[in-house]
Amino acid sequence: MSADESTLRAEPVLRTRGLAMDYGQGAGRVHALDGVELDVSNGETLAVMGPSGCGKSTLLHLLGGLERPSAGEVWVAGRRIDRLSEKALARLRRHAIGFVFQAFHLMEELTAVENIELPALLAGRSPGAARRRASELLEQVGLTDRAAHLPSALSGGQRQRVAIARALSNEPLVVLADEPTGNLDSGATLDVLRLLDGLRAAGQTLLIVTHDERIAATADRLITMRDGAFVEETRLTRGTTGSLGDLVGLER
Amino acid sequence: MGRALLVGRLAARDLRRRPGEALLLLLAIAAATTVLTLGLVLRGVLDKPFESTRAATSGPDVVAAGPFADPTKVRALTGAPGVVAHSGPYPVVPALLEAKGHTVVAQTEGRDTAAAAVDQPKPIKGGWVRAGGVVLEAAFAQALGVGPGDRVTMKALEASPRKGGPPSLRTRGPGRSLRVAGVAVTAATPPYPQAACLANLCQGDADTGLAWLTRADALALAPDKNDVLTVLNLKLKDPATAPAFAAERNPPRDAPVSGSGPPPTILQPWQEIRDGSADIVRNQRRALLTGAWLLALLAVASVAVLVGGRMADQIRRVGLLKAVGGTPALVAAVLLAEYVVVALLAAAAGLVVGRLTAPLLTDASAGLLGSAGARTVTPATAAIVTAVALAVAVAATFVPAVRASRTSTVLALADAARPPRRSGRLIAISARLPVALLLGLRVAARRPRRVVLAIASIAITVSGLVAALSAHADLDGSNGVRAERLNDVLLVITITLVALAAVNAIFVSWATALDTKHASALSRALGATPQQVSMGLSTAQVLPALAGAILGIPGGLALIALVDPDKTTMPPLWQLLAVVPATVIVVAVLTAIPARAGARRPVAEILQSELA
Repeated sequence: MSADESTLRAEPVLRTRGLAMDYGQGAGRVHALDGVELDVSNGETLAVMGPSGCGKSTLLHLLGGLERPSAGEVWVAGRRIDRLSEKALARLRRHAIGFVFQAFHLMEELTAVENIELPALLAGRSPGAARRRASELLEQVGLTDRAAHLPSALSGGQRQRVAIARALSNEPLVVLADEPTGNLDSGATLDVLRLLDGLRAAGQTLLIVTHDERIAATADRLITMRDGAFVEETRLTRGTTGSLGDLVGLER
Repeated sequence: MGRALLVGRLAARDLRRRPGEALLLLLAIAAATTVLTLGLVLRGVLDKPFESTRAATSGPDVVAAGPFADPTKVRALTGAPGVVAHSGPYPVVPALLEAKGHTVVAQTEGRDTAAAAVDQPKPIKGGWVRAGGVVLEAAFAQALGVGPGDRVTMKALEASPRKGGPPSLRTRGPGRSLRVAGVAVTAATPPYPQAACLANLCQGDADTGLAWLTRADALALAPDKNDVLTVLNLKLKDPATAPAFAAERNPPRDAPVSGSGPPPTILQPWQEIRDGSADIVRNQRRALLTGAWLLALLAVASVAVLVGGRMADQIRRVGLLKAVGGTPALVAAVLLAEYVVVALLAAAAGLVVGRLTAPLLTDASAGLLGSAGARTVTPATAAIVTAVALAVAVAATFVPAVRASRTSTVLALADAARPPRRSGRLIAISARLPVALLLGLRVAARRPRRVVLAIASIAITVSGLVAALSAHADLDGSNGVRAERLNDVLLVITITLVALAAVNAIFVSWATALDTKHASALSRALGATPQQVSMGLSTAQVLPALAGAILGIPGGLALIALVDPDKTTMPPLWQLLAVVPATVIVVAVLTAIPARAGARRPVAEILQSELA
């Protein structure tokens, strides 16, 4: 690990100061986020909960550089990103951020393994290295036998596992997951939860936006949002929440 | 009434929702209707131009020319068997005409101010001859750029026989300034620059014009009556016998040509004059017809691309309409109403533009002949153009309507009705390429039909360009009005082809950007820069353009061989080689803006909209 990387690891992986986001103008102006202050440490799993429209997804998009804030600062690994060019943001996303979306967002014409290797190819890795990494990740998410399947031939849970594998393709500093189980049934939800739990155990920084209290219960910290602001923050310990297998209602 | 209002409102809303798309659809159909209008308007001018001129001017069946000094033989023809009417004989005097910087040899025919029974040239501008007033043959006047009221100078010419070549010409005297009294058409001679060489003054391939003066004014230009010819126009009982009538009385073809002495009496049947006239417009007509075919093919490709591009959007909209209770009939009515409105506007635009553009082509190609035909849009033309535009609209609506009735509402709403195509081999190959090429190849592979249409569009255009370059090479070094006219026609066709192909390229690029907005947004979320996505979208257009340009070169050469099997002129090699990179560069530039716009759409909004 280089000195620069050591410095980066010492910083909070994610940090926001006075983060605000408005949509629309005049009478139709909506405050999606209002003065959000956030620090996420390396290896931490943070769950963000709140009712629909409270600004959870907007926060996630701002943290991932998919949108620019109306005001405030966003820092990723010690680097302020809210003023970066689109090109610089894209490069940042390649190496520092992995996204998991509720709607999976897989390329329909690509097979599972091709979807997973795509971020590595975009980052300039050789086709061989990208494919090897994709195969490892497929094995990690338990879908080796589905490598050549198109998304349309996969179940919802399998698609989300492919999406999670894709998010890990470039070994990002943080994985941002937006309602990762929102489209899944209980069985598939459990599979995804086990996967996320494995990532947390491996020290992967995770920020999960969710409606599901059971997912939130697996986090190190839970933040509740309402009307674009943090209203409650709870630090959880694994001792009190227990392991995933003990979660009521999730057993197969 | 309420239902019609609802259909109208929904259709209007959808058109307003995507005004750029509607405008491009309008442009593509309008291009087709313009070509059609041009074709229909020009048909009247080009189909039987000589016949229409002949009918309008009581054209002669036989034109006889002999020495003015001894008109006995010519006069005797008036009593020949089968002759039912005649006009003349009229004196024809060689002269040098100067006007607006042009100096051209003209044969000047002395005519009566009263109308003649046979060959009464029909003024299309101004009036007929009067003392001191000259009337110019229409194509001649157009080439000189003069009209009624302008002044021209006419100088007497003296022809001296020269061994082994055309006679040498010498002007005599300061010349006389005359006012142009009118511009007229005739069927007694092919139009400028092919006017029959009656007087003994032809200079090889040099263009020869025709002017009419009063008899007195014409003869005043001839100090030496030996240089003057006399011309008689004859009507026969049976015009079909004109060639035989002339052949009987013409000197044998192998008769020795005397360098001195009076010229022989020569008879020319109207069929020869007609063939001479057709020769003038043959190349232009070939160019026009070939161009019209290419444009029509290109227009079909345009509409197919446009309809395909709108399909994805419409399928989802159909799903929405059905979800809120719209019946398949309502859905079809809304789609139909949209296309019908666009088609009617396109038909109107095509009729207007075609009508306005037709004179550019007819004036440049037909000259005198065109002016005798109607260049107006007749009710029949308007009806045909509108019907075709509506047919395009209905054909374009049919597929979405059928798809709408067959696609489930849920699938339509999920926008999954048209999943992208997969090409495993291309995906594997693209993984080895730089990011922009990787994205471009994959984007192109998603819609193979669109790629085929883009290739076809460029191949058609490049074929046209190669054919135009060949025609241009054929004309290389040629001067005069004939070359100028063909160049004008080629230019108009080339510009139209390129403009339509440009619209096509822009729309294909735009449709691709819309179609791939989700994939582009996802690529950016995964780390592709906007520049890479933009270059990828451009690459997806440039690759088919490259293929189309390469195919277009043999296509163009085949087209040349098809149009004129007897004479195929290859354009210079450097021009052929330059066509490919030039096409690629132009397409890259044209598609840069839609590609750039497509690559800069808000990522979060697009990815979130999937959940909406």
